[in-house]
Order: sequence, then C-alpha cells, then structure tokens
Amino acid sequence: MKKAKGKVASVNESLVGVKTTEGAVMNGEVAYIIIENGKRLKSEVIDVKPGKMVYLQVFEDTSWMKVGDLVEFTGLPLAVKLGPGILGAVTDGLQNPLYELAKKEWFLERGLEVEPLDTNVKWHFTPSVKKGDIVTGGSVLGSVPEKLFQHKIFVPFSLQGDYTVEDMVAEGDYTIDKDITVVRDTNGVTLNLKMAFDWPVKKPMPFHERSVPVEPMPTGIRVLDALFPIAYGGTACNPGPFGAGKTVLQHSLARHSRADVVIIAACGERAGEAVEVFKDFPELIDPRTGKSLMDRTFIVGNTSSMPVAAREASVYMATTVGEYYRKQGLDVLILADSTSRWAQALRETSGRKEEIPGPEAFPMYISTLISAFYDRAGVDILADGNIGSLSIIGTVSPAGGNFDEPVTQATLLSTGAFWGLSRALSDARKYPAIDRIDSHSKYPSLLKEEEVSFLLELLRDGKTIASNIILMGEKGITDEAYIRYQKAELLDAVFLQQNSFHDVDGVTPSDRLRLMFNVVKEIIDTPIAIKGKDAIRSHFNFIRQAYIDWNAIRIDDIGFEKQKSQILNLVKKRAYVKENV
Amino acid sequence: MLKKTYENIDSIGRAILSIKAEGVHNKELAEVIYPNGNKAFAQVIALNGDQVTLQLFGGGFGVSTDCKIRFLGKPVQIGFSDDMLGRVYSGNGQPIDNGPELLSDMVRVAGPSINPVKRLIPKEMIRTGVPMIDVFNTLVRSQKIPIFAKAGEPYNRLLANIATQTDADIIIIGGVGLKYDEYHFFKQRIEEAGSKSKTIMFIHTHRDSIVEGLMVPDLALAVGERFALQGKNVFVLLSDMTQWSDYLRQVANAQDQIPANQGYPGDLYSQLASRYEKAADIDGAGSLTILGVTTMDDVTHPVPDNTGYITEGQFYMKDGYLELFGSLSRLKQQVNDKTRHDHRSIMNAMARLLSESEERVKAQKFGSVKDDYSLRLLDYRKTFQKELMDPFLFLELEDALDLCWDILAKHFKKEEVGLSSKLIETYWPEKGTFKILKNMTDE
Repeated sequence: MKKAKGKVASVNESLVGVKTTEGAVMNGEVAYIIIENGKRLKSEVIDVKPGKMVYLQVFEDTSWMKVGDLVEFTGLPLAVKLGPGILGAVTDGLQNPLYELAKKEWFLERGLEVEPLDTNVKWHFTPSVKKGDIVTGGSVLGSVPEKLFQHKIFVPFSLQGDYTVEDMVAEGDYTIDKDITVVRDTNGVTLNLKMAFDWPVKKPMPFHERSVPVEPMPTGIRVLDALFPIAYGGTACNPGPFGAGKTVLQHSLARHSRADVVIIAACGERAGEAVEVFKDFPELIDPRTGKSLMDRTFIVGNTSSMPVAAREASVYMATTVGEYYRKQGLDVLILADSTSRWAQALRETSGRKEEIPGPEAFPMYISTLISAFYDRAGVDILADGNIGSLSIIGTVSPAGGNFDEPVTQATLLSTGAFWGLSRALSDARKYPAIDRIDSHSKYPSLLKEEEVSFLLELLRDGKTIASNIILMGEKGITDEAYIRYQKAELLDAVFLQQNSFHDVDGVTPSDRLRLMFNVVKEIIDTPIAIKGKDAIRSHFNFIRQAYIDWNAIRIDDIGFEKQKSQILNLVKKRAYVKENV
Repeated sequence: MLKKTYENIDSIGRAILSIKAEGVHNKELAEVIYPNGNKAFAQVIALNGDQVTLQLFGGGFGVSTDCKIRFLGKPVQIGFSDDMLGRVYSGNGQPIDNGPELLSDMVRVAGPSINPVKRLIPKEMIRTGVPMIDVFNTLVRSQKIPIFAKAGEPYNRLLANIATQTDADIIIIGGVGLKYDEYHFFKQRIEEAGSKSKTIMFIHTHRDSIVEGLMVPDLALAVGERFALQGKNVFVLLSDMTQWSDYLRQVANAQDQIPANQGYPGDLYSQLASRYEKAADIDGAGSLTILGVTTMDDVTHPVPDNTGYITEGQFYMKDGYLELFGSLSRLKQQVNDKTRHDHRSIMNAMARLLSESEERVKAQKFGSVKDDYSLRLLDYRKTFQKELMDPFLFLELEDALDLCWDILAKHFKKEEVGLSSKLIETYWPEKGTFKILKNMTDE
C-alpha cells in the first residue's frame, strides 16, 4: 500500500482537516503534519469523510499551522514498543521517555521524539530455541534479565502460522536494535526478529487461555483487604469528589500492592503527583524484593497541561504494556488516574467533530469504550502453564462528586469492585475515606466470608444508631444500643481508619491484618457490664487509645505483644461476668 | 516580511470576526485597522480553507465591515524585563499607569508546560502567620491553591496579606473582572506593605473587553515563569478565576461550541489546568506559586468543581472565617512532619473533634443535646472558631500549635482526644498553665 499524502485544509484546536492528494488512508493510522519551521507534529486519523477529507486529532499544540501545510501518513496505527527496558521508565503519553526529552529542552516543546526504549543498553540474551525449531507468534525465543525478572523475548504476537528458526545468535550481550534470529514461514519468506517489537495500542492482546479473578491481591490497606478486596486480574472503580483522598489512596496502592509490576497512567491529572512518584520511588526500598520500588514501576504521564488528544493514547499505552508483562507470567497492576480526564478528552474531540452529544455532552459511545478498556484486565493461563494477571484500578472524577454521571455509571457496570470515596468521611478525617456502607466487591476477602458480614453488620447497625442519637440524643437510646454504637465507632477508628503517612500503620501485611481482626473481634464479642453513657464512652476511649498505640508498633518490636495484652486486659476488666453460674 | 492586509470581513460578533485570507497561521496575532486609523489587536483561533476566524481583544462593538485586518506574522507575546516591576498593565499587555512603554525582550505567552522531570517535589513551607493555613493546611512553595468564597468575602484582602507577609521575591497580580475599587485596593495594599518595587500588575476591570480578561492569566504567568527561570520565588495572584471561566463560556458560546455542563465548554478543565499547572518548583531555578480566587455559591458548580480537581487544595472562606471543613492543602504532608513533631497529630485530633462537634450542632437543632460531653464539644467549637479561624489574626506556627493544646486541655480529658500517650506527656498543659490561651483571655 502506498502511503498517503495530503494538505491541511482546516485547523480547529487539536482537530485538523486534511485533503488527501494521493494514496489510501486507514482510520486510526498515524500521520505527521509538517509545519513551517519543519517540526513534525504527530497525529492520528479519527475520521474519513467524503471529498477526500480526513480528520486528524493532533497530539501536539497546533499553533502556527496553516492551510496547505504538508501531511504525511505512515500507514501504521498508533503503537507501543514492547521489549526490555520498560520497567523503571517515565514516559509521556506517546512513549517518549521524559528524562531523554529533558536533555533536549526544559519545556515539552512540540515535535520532539526520542527512542521509546534505550537502544544503547546491552541486554544479556540467553536463547531458548535453536536452528530448526518451529515457532509461532508468542513463542519464547529466549530471555534477558530485566530488573527483578527474567524478561522473555517473544516472537511478535502478530505473526500467525508456523515459522522455522533459520538462524539464532549465541548467548551474549545485544541491544534491542540487533537482529537476534531469522525465521522462515511455510512459503519460504524469511523475517529478521529483534528483542523488541511494536503492538498497536488499541488492539487488545489475545489471551492464551483466559481464566477468572479469584485470588485476592493484598494491598496493605485494611478497609480494602478486609471489606472490599480486589483480586489478581480484577477491576475496581474508585470515584470520589476532589479532596476525598483519591491521590493518597493511589500512591498507597502503588507502593504497597502485592503486584510484580505496577503501571501508573497519570492521565490528565496534576504533574506534581506523578513527580512525587518518580522522584520518591527510586529512593524507596520494596521490603519484599530488597530493591528500589521504581524497579517494578512504569509511569506514563500525560498530565493535565499536556496535549489533550494524547490522554487517550496514554491510557491505552499503559494497558498494552500491562498486557505484555502479563504475557511474561507476572501479576501486573494498572492505576489509571483518571479515566474521567480521558473521557473528557473524548468529549472535547467529539464536540469539535460536531457529533450529536449524549448525556452531559459526552459522546454516545463512551460506555462501550469504557467497558472494552476494563475487559483488557484478566487472568491468563499461559502456554508454559504459568499464570499472569492484569488488574486495573480506575479512578473516576465525577463532576460535582455526583456518582450519577455517565463515566461513573459506565465504569460501575464494567468493574468488579466499587470503592466510593465520601466527602463526609474525609471531612471527618476518617481516612481512607472509602464509604463503608455503599462500597462493594465481588472478589474474595483476606478474611472469611462470615467475618466480613460480621463487620459489615456492625457498621450498618452503628450507622442506624448514630442517626437515632442525632434525632433523640444520647439519652434517648438504651445503654445496649449505645455500646453497639461505640463498638462500631471503635471498629472504624482502629481497624478501618489507617494513617497512610505512618511507616507502620500505613501498610498492613496479611498476617498482621489477621491478628488485628482477631483482637477487634474479641472486643466486639465481649459483652460489657457498664451503666451510663459517660462510663461507656470512657471505656471505649481507653481501648481506642491503646489500640491506636498498638497500630504504631512494628510487629517484630518487643512492645508489640505487650501492647496487645494491654488492650485485651482493658477489654476484660469491664467484661460482663455472668452471675449465679 | 511583507505583512498582508485584508478588507473583506464576512461577519462580526461580540468577540469574534471572520474574514477570507490566505497564508495565515493558527494563533497568529493580527491588527484591526479602523477607518479612522485606530488599531486594536486580534488573534487567529480557527482556519477553514480561506476562512479565518479571529478573536477580537477589544470586543466586536464598533468594528465595521470597512475595517481592515493586518496579519502581523508573529504569535501573541509579552515584553519581559526587570523594569516592569512596579508597573501596571492591561489585559492586552499595554501599560495603563501613564508610565512609558518599555523596550524589552519578548517572551511567548501560553507556552508548553515544563517537563515534569524538571520539577522538584515541593518541600518548603511558606509561613503565612494564619493559623488555619500554617497549622491545618500548610502552604508550600510552588503550590497552586485558590480561595473558594462567596462574592463579597474579604478574599482579596487575604490574598494581598499572604503575598506581602511572606518572602516572595516577585509578586504578580492578575486581576480578571475586578471592580475598580478592588483594583484600587490591591494597589494601595501593595504600596502600604512596601512591596511595590517587587510587584507587577496585570489588570482587567469590568469596563474592558472580556477577551482582554481572558488574556490576563496567560500574561501574568508568562512573565512569572520567566522570573522563576531566573531563580526568583514568584507569587502569582489570580482574582477571580470564576469571572475568567465565565468569559471563556461566552467566547465558546459565540463560536457555537457544544456546551458540556451549565453552558461551560467541555474543555473547561483543560483550560483551567493549563494555567494552574504553570505553578512549579523548578530544578536548578526558582519557583512559581499560584494563589487564586474562585468565587462561588456552591462547591459543585462547574468552576469550583473543576478547579478543585486541578489545584493542590483550596482555602474555603465563609463569613470572613477560614473554614476547616472544605479547606485542604494537598502538599501539607510534604512539610508538616518537619515543623514540630506534634504538628500532624494535633492537627488531626483538633479536626476530628471539630467534626464530632459538627454532628452535635445538627443534633442540637432537634433539641437532643443534653449530655455533658456533647455540651463540651459545642463549647470547644466556639473556642476553636474564636481563637483560630480569623484569617487576619497573625500568629507564628509554634504559638498556634501551643494554642491548640491549650484549647484541647480547656475542654477535654486526656483520653478523649485520641492522641498518643507520648505526645500528651510532652505537651498537655497542666490545669491553669495555658501558654497562649490564658494570655488572650487576660487581655
């Protein structure tokens, strides 16, 4: 196919109309607009119209473009380069590494492109197939060590049918530019393969054998792990008004989740938040691996002041990289923050295309795009029997904090867990401010099912009694109800609330969660022989105080057991003892 | 280069003009030349074949079909030099203080954002002397944070106070849709505080065209960014961004854009973000801090709502007080563990108790509050408001922290405040030994 050419016919912010002069055009292909100073602006075909008109969304600022500027089409869809060297990197929404860009300019000037993966680094490649072997798309050719893992080198997934290995390099150090093998298809056509290949971002990578998410993924966040868990390969929707703690929660998840690889898609959000991650993480040691947290992290940053059209690309790129590491047999977690900004970018483009708007002016097809995106998460049983998973946690920033809007609703329909952030809880500084009553999850918890219902029941009771207290005053309810209310408050204060900024309290491993739950259960199960609201409140204040102190003590500290006994003593001291046994 | 002049104007709207022309660049600056020789600026905002749409800086009123349009072959720029300090400019970049025009370097306006890897993590507290800020929502260098308030609240006074009481090297005031007396107030405050020589003002008042109002933040930020790149710590004050968003809505409407929420264009978020994101602590250079004003009735209105998702928190002002609930500094965690080691804990304890007392306020309306603890909570709330929430009382951070302990001890028992035993041992004032509170009641 001859690559098409054209000339700019209209410019309206990021939407540019082009009249093609030669060649055929594919919807979704990448084109470059060459402006007066020779800069090449990357763009994507989003519409083909009568009269040889093609509409492009431009991933850069369109200032100084003029009618008649030359457009070169590439014939290729927007793709991401997959191969060793992705982990630890920070790129923009089009896979340009930001540290490399910074060597050229302080500001994100237009038309700058750098190699997505470092082509100078030599990787130690160990082949696992030899001349004469039969391979196909997805077959493993060998591996290189990358940070914490053996990174498998694949035959590009796009190849179909059988190929015979004609030639294979010996074990040694190679760059990703170097041909490592030659394969021949059944028609005798040969093909040179390297350690990296392109994959179109909008095309989901096929599963080998898809399975369902059933194993809980510990996050270190108690309210999630105990009540509203996410599973390996699962999806969660995390909406909330601004200031309810989405960002802090995302950072906690990025640090503490028990995934092998964490991909952060900073889509249309504050640059400062991504900066905190990629400047802090290299310094932080992951206690499980003993290596820097950055070694398992990849950050795609298309922040709010970067070109809007590239927001969508950034989300899809993160997902494609996630699918690739799932094919490596790893557990991958994507934090997409925020999917609303992606939806808004679609809304802007849709408006410029003068499409008939749906609710709140979002395009009609928004719900389909959102469900297709979350469908790329999942568990894959690979050819070698290993299991890889891709989990997606998407934040949603609903206008006015109202969950009854198109993006939140579409996300709710597509995800397995719902973590609704509540302004009332964050105002009361009850962090993480995940609504204890309205949130839900269909994945299994680290606790037993009956233990989860036990806690949820107490929380619901507590809420009912609290509203009775507001109506009737403390004197209007019985001591029994007041005790139940205090127990619910205590559960919230010492177990569900967590100080993310505290070294110890900020992350709770599974074993500690179990210990903590047992003590909480003991407190709740113990009947109390106290009369009078003041005395009851005071009793629970002492327990709360002791428990909060306990939360700050390391599990291997000598004070840990001592503090636990102290809590239990406080509980027993006022326990109800049956008379006349 | 020969500048082309065109005279076949097709249409004139409130702020938009269209004309047939060739070889025109997107975002190019142009001049409208009136039959009497007067000139006004305009900027290209869309191209379609030979049809060029321009935004008129001076508005469409008085523009006639026999005006000519001359394309100037350059983008919108603003002069930049140290001589601008102490001067006042309008939204089109011209001086309005009767001073001389300056010959200076021209810098681009609304340029691309800085590469995130060139940003530093903000780590430096800005002391303002306002307890609700220093203790509860600490301001950090390079933060972008607006005041949310109803029209008529003393937000401009607070804005000017913060800018002049702190250690900013350069203050840039971007006034959008100011009433004349508000402009006058800023001028006076800056002079009284002796800060005139480090201040530049870009002022748009209600008599000026809305397009000039739209330009003000871009001019202020472009100049501010330049000073920051030279190593200066710059404060940019933007008042009022709700007016600015309203102008944006009017212009979008004039261009027949499909409205998203309440008539605002779908890109309101991106438009606000590209301004606020100019705030940065730059690696190897200075910093740019943005303090804005967002007037509002209701926080779920599209402007405060979108702003809240962009800025690093907000100060919520109500009835002249800075409220605790509704206010937030997202960057406070970066600095409030390096001040005094009780800072974070006491901040949280005070907030938790205040929130508990807010529930009692609700209950009080039903007449159901009679128990001692609830009554103490309500008293606590009164003391809190009186002693801490007035933004115009100056108190050093350490004194404000001591005051918090005094207030707790005045109303509560040790075990009621939920603070760790260690902190209570160190800071709990014994009966009658208040450090700050007592002094105040003595006066």
